[in-house]
Amino acid sequence: MLFNLGNVLVFSILAIAFCAVHLALGKLLRPHNPEAKKLTTYECGEPPTGGAWINFNIRFYLIALVFVIFEIEVAFIFPVAVAFRAWLLNGQGLFALTEILIFLGILVVGLVYVWAKRDLEWLKRLQPTEAEAQTAAKESELPKAA
Amino acid sequence: MQSFIDGLIASGAFGGLPAEAVYPAMMFLFASLVVFGFVLPLVTITIWLERRVWSRIQSRVGPNRVGPQGVLQGLADGVKNILKEDVVPDAADRPLFVFAPYLLVWGFLATFVVIPFSSALVIADLNVGILYIVAIVALSAVGVLMAGWASNNKWSLLGGIRSAAQVVSYEIPAGLALLPVVLLTGTLSTQGIIQAQGWAPWDWFLFHSPFTFIAAFAFYISALAETNRTPFDIPEAESELVAGFATEYSGFRFALFFLAEWGSLYVTGAIMAVLFLGGWQIPTGWTNNTVVLNIAQLTVFFLKAYFWVFLAMWIRATLPRIRVDQMMSLCWKYLVPLGFVNLVGTAVWMVIWPEGNAFVPYLMVVGTLALIVIFFRRVLYHLRRAKPELYFNPAI
Repeated sequence: MLFNLGNVLVFSILAIAFCAVHLALGKLLRPHNPEAKKLTTYECGEPPTGGAWINFNIRFYLIALVFVIFEIEVAFIFPVAVAFRAWLLNGQGLFALTEILIFLGILVVGLVYVWAKRDLEWLKRLQPTEAEAQTAAKESELPKAA
Repeated sequence: MQSFIDGLIASGAFGGLPAEAVYPAMMFLFASLVVFGFVLPLVTITIWLERRVWSRIQSRVGPNRVGPQGVLQGLADGVKNILKEDVVPDAADRPLFVFAPYLLVWGFLATFVVIPFSSALVIADLNVGILYIVAIVALSAVGVLMAGWASNNKWSLLGGIRSAAQVVSYEIPAGLALLPVVLLTGTLSTQGIIQAQGWAPWDWFLFHSPFTFIAAFAFYISALAETNRTPFDIPEAESELVAGFATEYSGFRFALFFLAEWGSLYVTGAIMAVLFLGGWQIPTGWTNNTVVLNIAQLTVFFLKAYFWVFLAMWIRATLPRIRVDQMMSLCWKYLVPLGFVNLVGTAVWMVIWPEGNAFVPYLMVVGTLALIVIFFRRVLYHLRRAKPELYFNPAI
């Protein structure tokens, strides 16, 4: 086992070293003439307006949240999947299958919830909440001031 | 590989050197052999071949000047990239900007630890092989996001965030599509999964049941999305985002992104070959020579893996890019539920037929062959009606 994990370490070192050595070698060969215009951020040739480190669209964070839930789930199914065949050959197949089904059932409920909440839609049309709808209705009923 | 080194030590090939010194040296030797003797030539040739294949599909000629038929084009591009100036924008976050390509190259090179070449040739047969690949490939998502953020460029940020959203989303269908095979074999080791299959198509997991068949293609589609390939190349989207997360990169750092992209293409093909196409399995008994046997296995494995690489080139030349909302709905509304169905279906299939159905694999092989025959008859039909100058001529 130590040998196997050692190989992972060796490959990681080699990958990092491969990039580092080539970039260092290149440093001896390549030109290096920095000037202010060259080092500006590319924005189609125009002078850049503001930085890019801004608040970003919230949709991406929703996707990330949903991902975390389901990725953990996949990670949890892996050990069960490995053990499933041994259980099956021991005659405990139906028991293991029921366990998997219960676990997946809970997760499918989660997927259905996210789906029903329309968090999987990329183009979201904001539905007015009930309170907002009521205030909007009241406002339309109010007599116009002046 | 470990038993081979043990054998060398036992035979006294290293004299009196202690084993602690021999092991790391041999590990570095084999790792360098794989990286410099196999992966880098493979990637450069794949890039050249991809450009040639696109060209043929689009009635162009493609790169054919450097070396015979232009084979050395990748090498020439590499040399050119090393000689180019390395520009780091003033506004960029320099440490992150410099480090991002390292993560990408690391994420794809480290997978070659567990990717087998033949029955004897594998660097290390990790007992968590498949899970290890899923885990280490995720490094590239971090690399791309880091590149996009550190550039402090709007195009890069858009590309990086899109890529992160896409890669993390498609990791779930990819993981779910691996699970039917893990259920069937009860192991995560790549060699163990190959040994559970046979050389004949009906012994492959691809044709084991309808569920594994669907899972194979679900995995392939997810893998295309994870490696940012067309039709899922919206993170790079040349026509809208300049070069996506790689906009601010130049010189060899830029080349590293491409190295990682085309390298992961072969990794995808190799995983497909391991999980669903029987890996290096060939008919045994025709030779007693271990070397000949392993060369034959290596050839078979490489061809099976490269078939999927070729398919990705073909798809890239054929299909347009899909929209971001289409990409998300394909993942969450089709592939993820399909992954659940495949998982449960395979489990139920195993409870009913623990040793696999005796009839279905043959039926599926025959069905697939029929589809292939129909497809080629269609292609020939159109070729016969095409203009003579459009006939396939590999010598141009």
